[in-house]
Amino acid sequence: MDVLLDNSDLYVRGFVTTLQLFALSAVGSLVLGAFLAMLRVSPVPVFRSAGSLYVTVVRNTPLTLVFLFFAFAWNLLEIVRISFFTAAVTALTVYTAAFVCEVFRSGINTVPVGQAEAARAIGLTFGQTLGQIILPQATRSVFPPMVSTLIALLKNTTIAAGFSVFEAGGIRQNLSERGEPVLEGLLWVAAIFVLLVIPLTLLQRALEKRWSVAR
Amino acid sequence: MDKFFGPLHVLKDINLEVPRGQVVVVLGPSGSGKSTLCRTINRLEPINSGVIAIDGKDLPAEGKALAGLRADVGMVFQQFNLFAHKTILENVTLGPLKVRRTEKAEAEQRARQLLERVGIANQADKYPAQLSGGQQQRAAIARALAMKPKVMLFDEPTSALDPEMVQEVLDTMTDLAKEGMTMLVVTHEMGFARKAADRVIFMADGEVVEDSTPEDFFKAPKSDRARDFLGKILTH
Repeated sequence: MDVLLDNSDLYVRGFVTTLQLFALSAVGSLVLGAFLAMLRVSPVPVFRSAGSLYVTVVRNTPLTLVFLFFAFAWNLLEIVRISFFTAAVTALTVYTAAFVCEVFRSGINTVPVGQAEAARAIGLTFGQTLGQIILPQATRSVFPPMVSTLIALLKNTTIAAGFSVFEAGGIRQNLSERGEPVLEGLLWVAAIFVLLVIPLTLLQRALEKRWSVAR
Repeated sequence: MDKFFGPLHVLKDINLEVPRGQVVVVLGPSGSGKSTLCRTINRLEPINSGVIAIDGKDLPAEGKALAGLRADVGMVFQQFNLFAHKTILENVTLGPLKVRRTEKAEAEQRARQLLERVGIANQADKYPAQLSGGQQQRAAIARALAMKPKVMLFDEPTSALDPEMVQEVLDTMTDLAKEGMTMLVVTHEMGFARKAADRVIFMADGEVVEDSTPEDFFKAPKSDRARDFLGKILTH
């Protein structure tokens, strides 16, 4: 307990940054992922190919590599200069969006094809069919894998410490500089991560209940 | 008009004209292309060559124009395909509200009239899964009618129903036929073909083999394929 209390400044600063990284890249990857999923189910072949290309190239590329690219290589391209924090958010977003896209797409695929045909047959456009018929029914089956993806994202933020962003993953190094017991300090980091995951799990359960559809 | 699934030539040189108000029943063995024919008319299946025109207008390619045309063509599916997350009333009002931009009160009033007409007015606030197959199919007919279509397509509307529910759906369709709706019905219900059809089209292997009145078709089929088909169906 002493390690935690004596160094509460480190823990607070670290986890606040962790939560910022998480929140920004969660929103970013949900938006980008939803957009990519729309491309992948679009009736236009070029859009579909663009969506698959992104997923094929980015999915499960080592996350450190993506970080390396945005933290060090990006600024050499001299398009827009970005800070280490922005680089971390971008890397996490780009990486997670590929998974989010596939989660959305598999949700869309659980909706029987007849639902879309019936929607088209009464004259709904592609956007209306997706928004009125497909997504509301896809949403429910999407929650469990989506929350898993977001939990993975939360834990993945600790890679940012290796790229000059001080977050929860960087607490250990600071503790050892202060001569504190590192193992104990790390266990506290782990415990706080577990605490952070609990609300996400509860959110998943509440949403699943709220969106249940009779078949 | 021609249609291929890969190398498979499923519709061969189909040439068909349906005048307004006519009730056409399409018969034929499985795999003869009759469902595909039905689905090409509102372009749920694209065609490879030829033209399809409705009310004098060529069927547009993808996009808003196609959606607009589909709104004028009612379609009833074998599996009903009611929107599972919406109530029966919402199923019927969705098209008028989103496509026709009708006022909500007006759309609901008309939806209730249509549900009354197909005999399920008391089911309006239930979800599709709570209804029997026959009730679901009648709701699907009401959903299609809500768009005030110029023509109605029925793709084997009774094939997924329990036997005792077939009649209620056929009665609804017969009423519709009597009211002068233009209809194209793919079915195995010979009784409906005899009673309600103005014209029978017999398809086999992607071709229209016979095109005649119900009396002529059932009494004196011209082709061997049709005689063979009727022999198998009518003996039991």
